Amino acid sequence: MKRPARISFENVALEFPGKNGPVKVVDNVSYEIGNGEFVSIIGPSGCGKTTMMNMVAGFLQPTSGRVLVDGKPVKGPGPDRGVIFQEYGVFPWLTVRENIAFGLTLSASKKPKAERDEICNRYMKLMGLGDFADAYPKMLSGGMRQRLAIARAYAVKPQFLLMDEPFGALDAQTRAHMQDLLLQALQTEGKTVMLITHSVEEAVYMSSRIVVMTARPTRIREIIEVPFSYPRDPSLHEDPLFGQLRSRVRSLVMREYAAQARQTHETTD
Amino acid sequence: MLKRAVLLLAPWFAIVAAWYAIAYSGFVNEALIPTPLAVATRFWELLTQARLPLDIWMSTQRVFLGVAAGITLAVPVGFVLGWYRQIRSFIDPLINFFRALPPIALIPLVVVYFGIGEFAKVVILFYASFFAGVIVMYEGIAQISPIYVRVAKTLGATDWEIFRKVIIPLTVPHMLTALRVALGVAWATLVASELIAAQQGLGALIQNASSFFQLDIIYVGIICIGFIALAMDIAIRAFTRRLVSWQDRIA
Ligand SMILES: Nc1ncnc2c1ncn2[C@@H]1O[C@H](COP(=O)(O)OP(=O)(O)O)[C@@H](O)[C@H]1O
Ligand SMILES: [Mg+2]
Repeated sequence: MKRPARISFENVALEFPGKNGPVKVVDNVSYEIGNGEFVSIIGPSGCGKTTMMNMVAGFLQPTSGRVLVDGKPVKGPGPDRGVIFQEYGVFPWLTVRENIAFGLTLSASKKPKAERDEICNRYMKLMGLGDFADAYPKMLSGGMRQRLAIARAYAVKPQFLLMDEPFGALDAQTRAHMQDLLLQALQTEGKTVMLITHSVEEAVYMSSRIVVMTARPTRIREIIEVPFSYPRDPSLHEDPLFGQLRSRVRSLVMREYAAQARQTHETTD
Repeated sequence: MLKRAVLLLAPWFAIVAAWYAIAYSGFVNEALIPTPLAVATRFWELLTQARLPLDIWMSTQRVFLGVAAGITLAVPVGFVLGWYRQIRSFIDPLINFFRALPPIALIPLVVVYFGIGEFAKVVILFYASFFAGVIVMYEGIAQISPIYVRVAKTLGATDWEIFRKVIIPLTVPHMLTALRVALGVAWATLVASELIAAQQGLGALIQNASSFFQLDIIYVGIICIGFIALAMDIAIRAFTRRLVSWQDRIA
């Protein structure tokens, strides 16, 4: 069964201006993300994953080809696409509650005070921030800041969630907890998700599809379907099928890292 | 609490003690070092029987006007320079050129162009506070992480909303720091500005006293400037702590 595409890359290429002429970072990438899919993008660091996400988020335009969201070329950032950055980006001058309410005070998704409060309470609860409603972010741990960033993105009801190594800076336990929390949140409110990650384990555990990217200029190496159904349980990590899939993805990714190392070697010689 | 008070006062007592020690040591001619007590007595006399309150008032007023004008201009200019890095690379040398000029060197020109009235004195203080403020401001603004603007865009903020709800809150701490630095610099420049034919003011008091070799009055003037500047600094810092308590560290 083919679901309608919500995000599509059509022969997308992107070059950055460099000292010795343009540097090609993304090279002829085409794929589609269907409604409600959870797609992880994995590949060697510096290959162009963030660049690809920035084109969907609307911060960058492709040099050639098209990036479409619901069939329309992306013009700029917008509240339909929630973005979660690795460095959280919670507003330090606002309390937890005010951070979550931020989007709801903007003309794009304005809500009356009572409704704002209700929405804040709901997402504070969902993300386990209830006891910190009036705290400033400087009081929060890294994991809590990232939960706050997710709650703030959820508050404006985006249809898409774009996440750039959102848990990369967290310790292993917090990371595992955040993965389950996010899957749980997606269970209550489905979204179409694009997750960039370094972690093969995370990609296999969370996604319905994994896109493995090559070293720069990045192309699609392989697209891997993840057969497990949702909701997912932490015991999945012990599943033999999970282990097989993890090994397969890992060897693909390792090969790209090796290719990248060779490239770097050649250029420095 | 008591320990804190002791720690806070200890250096001041140390200075007074050292002052007494030097005055009574015999190494320095007694006429050159009035004792702290003599200075305190003279302070009380000037305060109750003479023009010290008026001097303080005049100087404070000049500093306020100069800083108010300087900061009013420094905030938008510093903001633009910090925000638009391309502009900054052209303007930066210019600002450092003017900042390096000692206000005292400008006095002859100020007198030619602005006369010898109140306005000329305020112009000097304006000059000093503007350049001090603008640098603090743009250094601060240039350090603001672009991530907050990006986040606001993804939440649907318009340019105007980004300015009002993201950029302004991020700018306020730097404005307060710029204000603090400008006030400090203005007080440090006060005596120079009152070289311009001032009849009243702490700088004028010091200069008159120096023509009559009244060292105790000179000390009174200097100490008054120091304490008023200190009091204002403490007040702004307290205000900053309240207004931007969200900050990780408060400078
Ligand atoms: N604004 C930019 N200008 C020039 N080069 C850039 C820019 N942003 C990223 N790059 C380069 O593009 C490549 C891909 O970057 P990025 O998408 O951030 O990689 P990653 O896969 O680690 O997220 C890197 O080599 C990076 O140096
Ligand atoms: Mg990246």
